[in-house]
Amino acid sequence: MSKRIIVLMLSVFVLISGVFAAGQQDAAMDEGPKMLVINSNQSDPSTKAAVAETVALFQEEYPEIEVQLNTFDHEAYKTAIRNFLATEAPDVAFWFAGNRMKFFVDQNLFMDVSDVWKDEDLYDSMSSSLNSLTINNKQYGVPWSYYQWGIYYRMDIFEKYGLSVPETWDEFMSNNDVLVANGIAPVTIGTKYLWTAAGWFDYFNLRVNGYEFHMELMTGKASYLDPKLDKVFDLWGDMVKRGHFLENHATYSWQEAQAPLIKGEAAMYLIGNFMMPDMESAGVIDKIGFFQFPIIDPSVGVYEDAPTDTIHIPAKAKNVEAAKMFLAFMTRPDVQDIMNPGSLPPSKYASAPDDRFKKAGFEMLGKADGLAQFYDRDTTPEMAKAGMEGFQEFMVYPDREDAIRTRLERERKSLFE
Amino acid sequence: MEKKTVNKLLKMQQKYAPVYFLAPAMILFSIFVIWPIFQSIWISFHKWDGFSPMTWVGLKNYRKLFDDPRFYTSLKNNIYWLVFMMLAPLVGLSLALFLNQQIKGMRVIKSLFFFPFVINLVVVGLVFSWFYNPDLGLLSVLLGVFGIEPIPILADEKMATFGIIIAGLWPQTAYCMILYLTGLAGVNTQIVEAGRIDGAAGWQMLRHVILPQLRPATIVALTVTVIGALRSFDLIATMTAGGPWGSSYVLAYHMYDEAIFNFKMGYGAALAVVLFLIMSVFIYFFLKRMIDTEK
Repeated sequence: MSKRIIVLMLSVFVLISGVFAAGQQDAAMDEGPKMLVINSNQSDPSTKAAVAETVALFQEEYPEIEVQLNTFDHEAYKTAIRNFLATEAPDVAFWFAGNRMKFFVDQNLFMDVSDVWKDEDLYDSMSSSLNSLTINNKQYGVPWSYYQWGIYYRMDIFEKYGLSVPETWDEFMSNNDVLVANGIAPVTIGTKYLWTAAGWFDYFNLRVNGYEFHMELMTGKASYLDPKLDKVFDLWGDMVKRGHFLENHATYSWQEAQAPLIKGEAAMYLIGNFMMPDMESAGVIDKIGFFQFPIIDPSVGVYEDAPTDTIHIPAKAKNVEAAKMFLAFMTRPDVQDIMNPGSLPPSKYASAPDDRFKKAGFEMLGKADGLAQFYDRDTTPEMAKAGMEGFQEFMVYPDREDAIRTRLERERKSLFE
Repeated sequence: MEKKTVNKLLKMQQKYAPVYFLAPAMILFSIFVIWPIFQSIWISFHKWDGFSPMTWVGLKNYRKLFDDPRFYTSLKNNIYWLVFMMLAPLVGLSLALFLNQQIKGMRVIKSLFFFPFVINLVVVGLVFSWFYNPDLGLLSVLLGVFGIEPIPILADEKMATFGIIIAGLWPQTAYCMILYLTGLAGVNTQIVEAGRIDGAAGWQMLRHVILPQLRPATIVALTVTVIGALRSFDLIATMTAGGPWGSSYVLAYHMYDEAIFNFKMGYGAALAVVLFLIMSVFIYFFLKRMIDTEK
């Protein structure tokens, strides 16, 4: 009796699993050519909504393509992408330009999309981003967004102490001294996750030594012991010693470091334009102003950090045709308008930005002599990690400059030579 | 004749039944635990970024380990973790002895003491980072009462590791306490009575009557704490991310960082192997004790 029951159960189980397996197979066959899988890292509410709107518009125009959009958490995506590119690749993946992209191109995990650039004439409309997406004269992705870095400041605090927007380094420093004397932290920063410190390094090096040397350093050709960097660390260390940065910054994340600015205990923040939605929800956006990182050496060209966000087609994509259609769609000026609620559209033909921060950024970047991506996008991941840890340490113990630079130089040698 | 075969079958069944019953667990254990161990050892002899083909480099990854200052930082911090986490069984025992009383409301108090163990470690890490926050944290408020300036514990290279260990002790102590509470429930009252008649009390009673009976609980508490201390990772990732400037790294976090973040699978695997070797020393020791007591 009991045996019979077991046999019965077993056969039912086998049958059911068989049915399921067959069902899955059918589903896979049906999905076949029409399904377009997109993996996105845009998990912030405003951009997440923008991606959803864009995808809906795409489906409206191409009803024969069914889109499956997978949104990942922004930080978790950075590790997840390595898995899915090598195994179950989507048809379109969000990522970043520059060295971050090069890493996957070197592994043959991103597809050459030069034909999309040619067909859509992106060489014209996206000319400003061409460099950061080109390797060996081929393009491996298309840009959909970029944003400016610069100094966001509390206009009310500046007014209270009679300070004006600094244009030269001396003005900047004397402003800071006034703020310190009045018990206000001139610059807020949270270096717990390191990269915010790299923003300062980028700007010091770009303002003091210019783009070419900065890029040589990023690509491992220049040394961290190069005397050209002495002035960078001198100026930076001077700020630290004069108490110009928020105390205990190594405890805070970049978001936590917004608090002193919002509370009016700190006056400035060197950060990207992505901070603006937070200022708006904190209700202080009307008190916030923006200015360009002050000029240090007028004989050096003006270069800015402007990280570009991109989309790519993985080499293992199943539906390349639809993926290319989506890439082309994403470069359309009207779509780029939708995609950039807080940042700037890279397309020349997108409409001019409407809010004052985007406008200021657009103008500043338009006049720049050249754009860098950002320390952790321009150099390799290992070098970026080591470098940013060194910068964090320097911002607490500027006297350790020699030891830190020697350590970075050893790291650079082991990575690039 | 027929009876004989049946007997034989029964015997065979008795002989092989353990095999059948153990097989599923053994197979899963081999695939998901034993096999990855050998795989890691194999990978540690290669240079591999996770995508491209592996290249054999022999012992190069291990040689590199000994030139890596961060490896020594991690090792040193792991030793701190091991030593100071030993407070968990100690405090856990004291708490268990204290809570093991028949007083009204004790159940509620017990569950309150057990509460930290139920919380996810990531949450514990977040709670403690807020507690330590020099700007808004409870700790700086408490220190302020005594007129002491706020101390940025997690941003200080000398204090960060200890700050994290204290956060780790919180749930671990609760866990050890529960282990000892169950142990105390199983203490033979007759022996305690006998001891009392012989005039034992206080420390003597604890040392010679209670503790020997708590031995199994102690072994479990120590094993769990040692392994917990060696693989500490979640708290470091949430509280300092290894910082400031890498001063709170431990081997497990270093391994994660090299393999997942720097794409150096071979080097990460070498770190994993070293960690495994350190753990095996303890595991061997505890296993031996366990087998000896079973005998």
